[in-house]
Amino acid sequence: MLKVDRIQVGIVLDHIRVGGGLRIFKELGLAGQEYPVALLMNVPSTKMARKDMIKVSEALDLDLTKLALLDAGITVNYIEGGQVVRKVKPGLPERVVGLIRCKNPRCITSTESYSPSIFTLVDREAKRYKCFYCGEYVTV
Amino acid sequence: MTTMPASHSRHFIDALDLPPAKYADLFSLAHRIKDDPAAFSSACSGKLMATLFYEPSTRTRLSFEAAMLRLGGRVITVADPATSSVAKGESLADTIRTVGGYADLIVIRHPKEGAAKLAALYSPVPLINGGDGAREHPTQTLTDLFTIVTYKGRLDGLIVAFCGDLRYGRTVHSLIKALARYPGTRFILISPEELRLPDHVKGEVLDLREDVELHETTRMEEGLKQADVLYMTRIQKERFFNEEDYLRLRDAYVLTPGKLRAAKGDLIVMHPLPRVTEISPEVDEDERAVYFQQARLGMFARMALITSLLGVA
Repeated sequence: MLKVDRIQVGIVLDHIRVGGGLRIFKELGLAGQEYPVALLMNVPSTKMARKDMIKVSEALDLDLTKLALLDAGITVNYIEGGQVVRKVKPGLPERVVGLIRCKNPRCITSTESYSPSIFTLVDREAKRYKCFYCGEYVTV
Repeated sequence: MTTMPASHSRHFIDALDLPPAKYADLFSLAHRIKDDPAAFSSACSGKLMATLFYEPSTRTRLSFEAAMLRLGGRVITVADPATSSVAKGESLADTIRTVGGYADLIVIRHPKEGAAKLAALYSPVPLINGGDGAREHPTQTLTDLFTIVTYKGRLDGLIVAFCGDLRYGRTVHSLIKALARYPGTRFILISPEELRLPDHVKGEVLDLREDVELHETTRMEEGLKQADVLYMTRIQKERFFNEEDYLRLRDAYVLTPGKLRAAKGDLIVMHPLPRVTEISPEVDEDERAVYFQQARLGMFARMALITSLLGVA
Protein backbone atom coordinates (compact mmCIF):
# COMPACT_ATOMS: atom_id res chain seq x y z
CA MET A 1 0.00 0.00 0.00
CA LEU A 2 1.31 3.38 -1.03
CA LYS A 3 1.69 5.71 1.94
CA VAL A 4 1.54 9.52 1.79
CA ASP A 5 2.15 11.36 5.02
CA ARG A 6 -0.59 13.31 6.76
CA ILE A 7 -0.21 17.03 6.10
CA GLN A 8 -0.11 19.57 8.91
CA VAL A 9 -1.42 22.64 7.06
CA GLY A 10 -3.01 22.64 3.63
CA ILE A 11 -5.87 21.33 1.52
CA VAL A 12 -6.97 17.81 0.65
CA LEU A 13 -9.23 17.40 -2.35
CA ASP A 14 -11.09 14.19 -1.71
CA HIS A 15 -13.62 12.08 -3.62
CA ILE A 16 -12.31 13.03 -7.04
CA ARG A 17 -13.81 10.77 -9.70
CA VAL A 18 -11.21 8.18 -10.58
CA GLY A 19 -9.20 9.32 -13.59
CA GLY A 20 -10.09 12.98 -13.05
CA GLY A 21 -7.27 13.87 -10.68
CA LEU A 22 -4.71 14.70 -13.34
CA ARG A 23 -6.96 17.22 -15.08
CA ILE A 24 -7.78 18.94 -11.81
CA PHE A 25 -4.08 18.97 -10.93
CA LYS A 26 -3.42 20.77 -14.23
CA GLU A 27 -6.40 23.14 -14.06
CA LEU A 28 -5.43 24.31 -10.58
CA GLY A 29 -1.89 24.96 -11.79
CA LEU A 30 -0.34 22.73 -9.16
CA ALA A 31 2.57 21.63 -11.32
CA GLY A 32 5.65 23.73 -10.71
CA GLN A 33 4.56 25.06 -7.30
CA GLU A 34 7.16 25.31 -4.58
CA TYR A 35 5.09 23.65 -1.86
CA PRO A 36 4.68 19.87 -1.63
CA VAL A 37 1.79 18.47 -3.67
CA ALA A 38 0.67 14.86 -4.04
CA LEU A 39 -1.65 13.46 -6.69
CA LEU A 40 -2.99 10.07 -5.68
CA MET A 41 -4.79 7.96 -8.22
CA ASN A 42 -6.88 4.80 -7.86
CA VAL A 43 -7.03 5.11 -4.09
CA PRO A 44 -9.36 2.49 -2.51
CA SER A 45 -12.54 4.12 -1.20
CA THR A 46 -15.44 2.68 0.79
CA LYS A 47 -17.81 5.24 -0.76
CA MET A 48 -16.59 5.20 -4.35
CA ALA A 49 -14.62 1.93 -4.62
CA ARG A 50 -11.79 3.86 -6.25
CA LYS A 51 -11.07 7.58 -6.20
CA ASP A 52 -8.37 10.13 -6.88
CA MET A 53 -7.07 12.57 -4.26
CA ILE A 54 -4.88 15.65 -4.23
CA LYS A 55 -2.98 16.79 -1.16
CA VAL A 56 -1.56 20.29 -1.13
CA SER A 57 0.68 21.11 1.80
CA GLU A 58 1.29 24.59 3.17
CA ALA A 59 -1.18 26.37 0.87
CA LEU A 60 -4.62 27.40 2.09
CA ASP A 61 -5.46 30.07 -0.45
CA LEU A 62 -5.76 28.09 -3.66
CA ASP A 63 -8.36 29.41 -6.11
CA LEU A 64 -10.83 26.55 -6.13
CA THR A 65 -13.69 28.28 -7.97
CA LYS A 66 -13.39 25.92 -10.93
CA LEU A 67 -13.68 22.75 -8.89
CA ALA A 68 -17.44 22.31 -9.03
CA LEU A 69 -17.32 22.50 -12.80
CA LEU A 70 -14.62 19.88 -13.05
CA ASP A 71 -16.15 17.39 -10.62
CA ALA A 72 -19.29 18.13 -8.62
CA GLY A 73 -18.60 15.32 -6.15
CA ILE A 74 -15.32 16.67 -4.74
CA THR A 75 -14.91 17.39 -1.04
CA VAL A 76 -12.44 20.08 -0.02
CA ASN A 77 -10.86 19.47 3.37
CA TYR A 78 -8.97 22.32 5.00
CA ILE A 79 -6.25 21.05 7.32
CA GLU A 80 -4.66 22.91 10.22
CA GLY A 81 -2.55 21.37 12.95
CA GLY A 82 -2.86 18.02 11.21
CA GLN A 83 -6.67 18.06 11.66
CA VAL A 84 -9.56 18.69 9.28
CA VAL A 85 -10.94 22.05 10.40
CA ARG A 86 -13.46 22.56 7.59
CA LYS A 87 -15.11 20.44 4.92
CA VAL A 88 -16.57 22.17 1.89
CA LYS A 89 -18.56 20.99 -1.14
CA PRO A 90 -17.61 23.58 -3.74
CA GLY A 91 -20.49 25.44 -5.41
CA LEU A 92 -20.76 26.62 -9.00
CA PRO A 93 -18.84 29.86 -9.63
CA GLU A 94 -20.73 32.97 -10.80
CA ARG A 95 -18.23 33.64 -13.58
CA VAL A 96 -16.09 31.15 -15.47
CA VAL A 97 -13.25 32.29 -17.68
CA GLY A 98 -11.64 29.95 -20.18
CA LEU A 99 -12.99 26.62 -18.95
CA ILE A 100 -16.31 26.20 -20.77
CA ARG A 101 -16.38 26.06 -24.53
CA CYS A 102 -19.27 27.79 -26.33
CA LYS A 103 -21.19 25.31 -28.47
CA ASN A 104 -22.58 27.98 -30.79
CA PRO A 105 -20.58 27.65 -34.03
CA ARG A 106 -21.48 31.26 -34.89
CA CYS A 107 -19.97 32.59 -31.65
CA ILE A 108 -16.86 34.74 -32.00
CA THR A 109 -15.03 32.45 -29.57
CA SER A 110 -15.25 29.64 -32.16
CA THR A 111 -12.67 31.43 -34.28
CA GLU A 112 -10.99 33.90 -31.93
CA SER A 113 -8.50 31.86 -29.94
CA TYR A 114 -6.79 34.88 -28.34
CA SER A 115 -9.62 35.63 -25.94
CA PRO A 116 -10.81 33.12 -23.37
CA SER A 117 -14.48 32.20 -23.20
CA ILE A 118 -16.47 33.93 -20.46
CA PHE A 119 -19.61 32.38 -18.99
CA THR A 120 -21.89 33.68 -16.26
CA LEU A 121 -24.15 31.56 -14.09
CA VAL A 122 -27.83 32.23 -14.81
CA ASP A 123 -29.53 29.31 -13.05
CA ARG A 124 -27.75 27.57 -10.18
CA GLU A 125 -30.39 24.84 -9.83
CA ALA A 126 -30.33 23.94 -13.49
CA LYS A 127 -26.53 24.47 -13.67
CA ARG A 128 -27.06 26.82 -16.59
CA TYR A 129 -24.44 29.27 -17.83
CA LYS A 130 -24.68 31.99 -20.48
CA CYS A 131 -21.94 32.93 -22.94
CA PHE A 132 -20.90 36.54 -22.33
CA TYR A 133 -20.30 37.08 -26.04
CA CYS A 134 -23.16 35.44 -27.98
CA GLY A 135 -25.70 34.71 -25.21
CA GLU A 136 -25.79 30.94 -25.87
CA TYR A 137 -26.81 28.82 -22.86
CA VAL A 138 -24.92 25.73 -21.73
CA THR A 139 -25.69 23.29 -18.96
CA VAL A 140 -22.66 22.01 -17.11
CA MET B 1 -3.84 33.33 -20.28
CA THR B 2 -4.43 36.80 -21.58
CA THR B 3 -4.91 39.73 -19.26
CA MET B 4 -8.22 41.26 -20.21
CA PRO B 5 -8.44 45.02 -20.00
CA ALA B 6 -11.47 46.74 -18.57
CA SER B 7 -14.17 47.53 -21.10
CA HIS B 8 -14.40 51.13 -22.26
CA SER B 9 -17.49 52.72 -20.80
CA ARG B 10 -18.51 54.57 -23.95
CA HIS B 11 -19.31 51.84 -26.46
CA PHE B 12 -22.61 51.05 -28.18
CA ILE B 13 -22.85 47.27 -28.48
CA ASP B 14 -26.37 46.23 -27.58
CA ALA B 15 -29.62 48.14 -28.16
CA LEU B 16 -30.53 47.67 -24.51
CA ASP B 17 -27.21 49.11 -23.30
CA LEU B 18 -28.81 52.54 -23.26
CA PRO B 19 -31.71 53.38 -20.93
CA PRO B 20 -34.75 55.15 -22.45
CA ALA B 21 -33.57 58.47 -20.94
CA LYS B 22 -30.28 58.23 -22.83
CA TYR B 23 -32.17 57.44 -26.04
CA ALA B 24 -34.28 60.54 -25.43
CA ASP B 25 -31.08 62.63 -25.20
CA LEU B 26 -29.81 61.15 -28.46
CA PHE B 27 -33.12 61.82 -30.23
CA SER B 28 -33.10 65.40 -29.05
CA LEU B 29 -29.57 65.83 -30.38
CA ALA B 30 -30.44 64.06 -33.66
CA HIS B 31 -33.39 66.42 -34.15
CA ARG B 32 -31.13 69.43 -33.60
CA ILE B 33 -28.65 68.07 -36.15
CA LYS B 34 -31.43 67.32 -38.66
CA ASP B 35 -32.94 70.77 -38.28
CA ASP B 36 -29.64 72.63 -38.57
CA PRO B 37 -26.93 70.40 -40.13
CA ALA B 38 -24.65 73.38 -40.78
CA ALA B 39 -24.30 74.00 -37.06
CA PHE B 40 -22.72 70.56 -36.69
CA SER B 41 -20.67 70.46 -39.90
CA SER B 42 -17.39 70.75 -38.06
CA ALA B 43 -18.38 69.09 -34.77
CA CYS B 44 -15.99 66.21 -35.44
CA SER B 45 -13.29 68.19 -37.18
CA GLY B 46 -9.93 66.55 -36.58
CA LYS B 47 -11.54 63.26 -35.55
CA LEU B 48 -10.98 59.99 -37.38
CA MET B 49 -13.46 57.10 -37.58
CA ALA B 50 -12.32 53.60 -38.65
CA THR B 51 -14.88 51.30 -40.24
CA LEU B 52 -14.05 47.60 -40.04
CA PHE B 53 -16.63 45.69 -42.05
CA TYR B 54 -15.90 41.98 -42.10
CA GLU B 55 -19.01 41.27 -44.15
CA PRO B 56 -20.70 43.16 -46.95
CA SER B 57 -22.97 46.07 -46.14
CA THR B 58 -24.15 48.93 -48.30
CA ARG B 59 -26.57 50.99 -46.27
CA THR B 60 -25.04 50.69 -42.82
CA ARG B 61 -21.53 51.47 -43.97
CA LEU B 62 -22.57 54.39 -46.16
CA SER B 63 -24.79 55.74 -43.41
CA PHE B 64 -21.94 55.73 -40.90
CA GLU B 65 -19.47 57.22 -43.36
CA ALA B 66 -21.92 59.89 -44.49
CA ALA B 67 -22.65 60.70 -40.85
CA MET B 68 -18.98 61.19 -39.97
CA LEU B 69 -18.21 63.19 -43.13
CA ARG B 70 -21.21 65.47 -42.50
CA LEU B 71 -19.84 66.12 -39.02
CA GLY B 72 -16.55 67.27 -40.51
CA GLY B 73 -14.65 64.16 -39.45
CA ARG B 74 -12.72 61.75 -41.60
CA VAL B 75 -13.03 58.04 -42.26
CA ILE B 76 -10.48 55.26 -42.72
CA THR B 77 -11.58 51.82 -43.75
CA VAL B 78 -10.46 48.26 -44.47
CA ALA B 79 -11.26 47.86 -48.14
CA ASP B 80 -11.52 44.08 -48.09
CA PRO B 81 -10.98 42.05 -44.92
CA ALA B 82 -10.06 39.01 -47.02
CA THR B 83 -6.82 40.74 -48.00
CA SER B 84 -6.20 42.30 -44.60
CA SER B 85 -4.58 41.10 -41.42
CA VAL B 86 -7.45 38.67 -40.85
CA ALA B 87 -6.21 36.57 -43.75
CA LYS B 88 -2.81 36.50 -42.06
CA GLY B 89 -4.37 35.08 -38.93
CA GLU B 90 -4.35 38.18 -36.72
CA SER B 91 -6.78 38.03 -33.82
CA LEU B 92 -9.66 40.48 -33.67
CA ALA B 93 -8.34 41.69 -30.31
CA ASP B 94 -4.99 42.65 -31.91
CA THR B 95 -6.66 44.32 -34.89
CA ILE B 96 -8.84 46.41 -32.59
CA ARG B 97 -5.94 47.51 -30.39
CA THR B 98 -3.93 48.48 -33.47
CA VAL B 99 -6.75 50.36 -35.19
CA GLY B 100 -7.65 51.97 -31.87
CA GLY B 101 -4.21 53.55 -31.96
CA TYR B 102 -4.99 55.24 -35.28
CA ALA B 103 -8.62 56.26 -34.93
CA ASP B 104 -10.79 58.07 -32.39
CA LEU B 105 -13.80 55.83 -32.99
CA ILE B 106 -14.30 52.34 -34.44
CA VAL B 107 -17.36 50.92 -36.18
CA ILE B 108 -17.29 47.16 -36.61
CA ARG B 109 -19.53 44.73 -38.48
CA HIS B 110 -18.63 41.08 -38.16
CA PRO B 111 -20.35 37.82 -39.14
CA LYS B 112 -19.67 36.17 -35.77
CA GLU B 113 -22.07 36.65 -32.84
CA GLY B 114 -20.57 38.58 -29.95
CA ALA B 115 -17.69 39.94 -32.07
CA ALA B 116 -18.44 43.54 -31.14
CA LYS B 117 -18.62 42.65 -27.47
CA LEU B 118 -15.21 41.05 -27.67
CA ALA B 119 -13.80 43.96 -29.67
CA ALA B 120 -15.10 46.42 -27.06
CA LEU B 121 -13.09 44.65 -24.37
CA TYR B 122 -9.90 45.57 -26.19
CA SER B 123 -10.75 48.89 -27.80
CA PRO B 124 -8.94 51.93 -26.38
CA VAL B 125 -11.48 54.18 -28.14
CA PRO B 126 -15.31 54.16 -28.33
CA LEU B 127 -16.62 51.32 -30.47
CA ILE B 128 -19.97 50.94 -32.22
CA ASN B 129 -21.50 47.61 -33.18
CA GLY B 130 -22.53 47.84 -36.84
CA GLY B 131 -24.02 44.32 -36.68
CA ASP B 132 -22.63 41.07 -35.32
CA GLY B 133 -24.01 37.99 -37.04
CA ALA B 134 -27.63 37.29 -36.24
CA ARG B 135 -27.34 38.80 -32.76
CA GLU B 136 -27.40 42.56 -32.65
CA HIS B 137 -27.66 45.59 -34.91
CA PRO B 138 -28.18 48.35 -32.36
CA THR B 139 -27.85 51.34 -34.68
CA GLN B 140 -30.74 49.94 -36.74
CA THR B 141 -32.77 49.94 -33.52
CA LEU B 142 -31.61 53.49 -32.84
CA THR B 143 -32.73 54.41 -36.36
CA ASP B 144 -36.10 52.70 -35.94
CA LEU B 145 -36.82 54.33 -32.59
CA PHE B 146 -35.79 57.74 -33.93
CA THR B 147 -38.09 57.27 -36.92
CA ILE B 148 -41.04 56.38 -34.71
CA VAL B 149 -40.43 59.29 -32.34
CA THR B 150 -40.01 61.66 -35.29
CA TYR B 151 -43.32 60.69 -36.88
CA LYS B 152 -45.42 59.79 -33.85
CA GLY B 153 -43.92 62.19 -31.31
CA ARG B 154 -43.65 59.49 -28.66
CA LEU B 155 -42.61 55.91 -28.01
CA ASP B 156 -45.14 54.95 -25.36
CA GLY B 157 -48.73 53.82 -25.81
CA LEU B 158 -48.30 52.79 -29.45
CA ILE B 159 -49.69 49.77 -31.26
CA VAL B 160 -46.80 48.41 -33.27
CA ALA B 161 -47.35 45.66 -35.85
CA PHE B 162 -44.45 43.58 -37.15
CA CYS B 163 -45.05 41.68 -40.36
CA GLY B 164 -43.13 38.98 -42.23
CA ASP B 165 -40.19 36.98 -40.97
CA LEU B 166 -40.32 37.44 -37.21
CA ARG B 167 -38.31 34.34 -36.52
CA TYR B 168 -34.95 35.21 -38.00
CA GLY B 169 -35.06 39.00 -38.28
CA ARG B 170 -32.61 40.47 -35.79
CA THR B 171 -33.90 44.00 -36.37
CA VAL B 172 -37.35 42.83 -35.25
CA HIS B 173 -36.04 41.16 -32.10
CA SER B 174 -34.00 44.19 -31.06
CA LEU B 175 -36.78 46.69 -31.77
CA ILE B 176 -39.45 44.71 -29.90
CA LYS B 177 -37.21 44.53 -26.83
CA ALA B 178 -36.33 48.22 -27.03
CA LEU B 179 -40.00 49.25 -27.42
CA ALA B 180 -41.15 46.94 -24.63
CA ARG B 181 -39.43 49.28 -22.16
CA TYR B 182 -41.93 52.04 -22.95
CA PRO B 183 -45.26 51.85 -21.09
CA GLY B 184 -48.42 50.99 -22.93
CA THR B 185 -46.78 49.62 -26.07
CA ARG B 186 -48.81 46.82 -27.66
CA PHE B 187 -47.47 44.46 -30.29
CA ILE B 188 -49.25 42.72 -33.15
CA LEU B 189 -47.10 39.98 -34.63
CA ILE B 190 -48.14 39.09 -38.17
CA SER B 191 -46.34 36.12 -39.68
CA PRO B 192 -46.81 32.65 -41.11
CA GLU B 193 -46.71 29.88 -38.49
CA GLU B 194 -43.25 28.89 -39.71
CA LEU B 195 -41.78 32.33 -39.04
CA ARG B 196 -43.33 33.27 -35.71
CA LEU B 197 -41.39 35.21 -33.10
CA PRO B 198 -39.19 32.69 -31.22
CA ASP B 199 -40.25 31.82 -27.68
CA HIS B 200 -36.91 32.93 -26.23
CA VAL B 201 -37.45 36.44 -27.64
CA LYS B 202 -40.99 36.51 -26.24
CA GLY B 203 -39.53 35.48 -22.89
CA GLU B 204 -36.99 38.30 -23.01
CA VAL B 205 -39.73 40.80 -23.88
CA LEU B 206 -41.85 39.59 -20.95
CA ASP B 207 -38.80 39.84 -18.68
CA LEU B 208 -38.55 43.51 -19.61
CA ARG B 209 -42.24 44.17 -18.94
CA GLU B 210 -44.46 41.37 -17.76
CA ASP B 211 -47.76 43.00 -18.72
CA VAL B 212 -46.76 43.62 -22.33
CA GLU B 213 -49.40 42.65 -24.91
CA LEU B 214 -48.24 40.35 -27.70
CA HIS B 215 -50.99 39.44 -30.13
CA GLU B 216 -50.06 36.91 -32.81
CA THR B 217 -51.92 36.47 -36.06
CA THR B 218 -51.34 34.99 -39.49
CA ARG B 219 -53.66 37.51 -41.16
CA MET B 220 -52.06 40.72 -42.32
CA GLU B 221 -55.36 42.57 -42.73
CA GLU B 222 -56.29 41.91 -39.10
CA GLY B 223 -53.15 43.54 -37.71
CA LEU B 224 -53.21 46.44 -40.15
CA LYS B 225 -56.48 47.93 -38.94
CA GLN B 226 -55.30 48.82 -35.45
CA ALA B 227 -51.61 49.59 -35.94
CA ASP B 228 -49.96 52.98 -35.39
CA VAL B 229 -46.70 51.61 -36.79
CA LEU B 230 -46.28 48.80 -39.32
CA TYR B 231 -42.78 47.33 -39.47
CA MET B 232 -42.39 45.20 -42.60
CA THR B 233 -39.65 42.61 -43.11
CA ARG B 234 -38.58 40.44 -45.98
CA ILE B 235 -39.51 36.77 -46.14
CA GLN B 236 -36.40 35.03 -47.38
CA LYS B 237 -36.58 32.09 -49.74
CA GLU B 238 -33.75 30.21 -48.04
CA ARG B 239 -35.88 29.81 -44.90
CA PHE B 240 -38.20 27.35 -46.63
CA PHE B 241 -37.88 23.69 -47.54
CA ASN B 242 -39.82 23.98 -50.77
CA GLU B 243 -40.47 26.75 -53.25
CA GLU B 244 -44.24 26.22 -53.27
CA ASP B 245 -44.54 27.11 -49.56
CA TYR B 246 -42.27 30.09 -50.04
CA LEU B 247 -44.29 31.52 -52.92
CA ARG B 248 -47.60 30.97 -51.13
CA LEU B 249 -46.43 32.69 -47.95
CA ARG B 250 -44.48 35.43 -49.64
CA ASP B 251 -47.52 36.59 -51.58
CA ALA B 252 -49.72 36.53 -48.48
CA TYR B 253 -47.54 39.12 -46.79
CA VAL B 254 -47.11 41.66 -49.54
CA LEU B 255 -48.24 45.16 -48.61
CA THR B 256 -50.36 46.72 -51.34
CA PRO B 257 -52.38 49.94 -51.62
CA GLY B 258 -55.49 47.76 -51.33
CA LYS B 259 -54.45 46.37 -47.95
CA LEU B 260 -53.43 49.82 -46.74
CA ARG B 261 -56.95 51.11 -47.31
CA ALA B 262 -58.07 49.44 -44.08
CA ALA B 263 -55.24 51.00 -42.07
CA LYS B 264 -55.28 54.16 -39.96
CA GLY B 265 -54.68 57.45 -41.72
CA ASP B 266 -51.73 58.27 -39.50
CA LEU B 267 -50.10 54.85 -39.72
CA ILE B 268 -46.40 54.80 -40.61
CA VAL B 269 -44.96 51.96 -42.68
CA MET B 270 -41.34 51.15 -41.87
CA HIS B 271 -38.82 48.70 -43.32
CA PRO B 272 -35.14 48.18 -42.50
CA LEU B 273 -34.40 47.75 -46.24
CA PRO B 274 -33.49 46.24 -48.62
CA ARG B 275 -37.08 45.85 -49.74
CA VAL B 276 -37.66 43.14 -52.35
CA THR B 277 -41.26 42.17 -53.07
CA GLU B 278 -42.90 42.54 -49.65
CA ILE B 279 -44.00 46.12 -50.31
CA SER B 280 -45.40 46.79 -53.73
CA PRO B 281 -43.82 49.83 -55.47
CA GLU B 282 -47.22 51.59 -55.59
CA VAL B 283 -47.12 51.89 -51.79
CA ASP B 284 -44.07 54.18 -52.12
CA GLU B 285 -46.39 56.97 -53.22
CA ASP B 286 -48.51 56.67 -50.08
CA GLU B 287 -47.53 59.33 -47.54
CA ARG B 288 -47.68 56.71 -44.80
CA ALA B 289 -44.68 54.91 -46.34
CA VAL B 290 -41.66 56.30 -44.51
CA TYR B 291 -38.96 53.67 -45.18
CA PHE B 292 -36.74 55.86 -47.31
CA GLN B 293 -37.02 58.73 -44.83
CA GLN B 294 -36.25 56.11 -42.16
CA ALA B 295 -32.89 55.41 -43.84
CA ARG B 296 -32.14 59.15 -43.93
CA LEU B 297 -33.15 59.58 -40.30
CA GLY B 298 -30.73 56.76 -39.48
CA MET B 299 -27.88 58.93 -40.69
CA PHE B 300 -28.91 61.76 -38.31
CA ALA B 301 -29.29 59.27 -35.48
CA ARG B 302 -25.77 57.97 -36.18
CA MET B 303 -24.47 61.55 -36.27
CA ALA B 304 -25.93 62.06 -32.81
CA LEU B 305 -24.42 58.80 -31.58
CA ILE B 306 -20.97 59.62 -32.97
CA THR B 307 -20.86 63.11 -31.46
CA SER B 308 -22.13 61.74 -28.17
CA LEU B 309 -19.55 58.93 -27.98
CA LEU B 310 -16.75 61.29 -28.95
CA GLY B 311 -17.92 63.79 -26.36
CA VAL B 312 -18.08 66.64 -28.85
CA ALA B 313 -21.82 67.29 -28.81
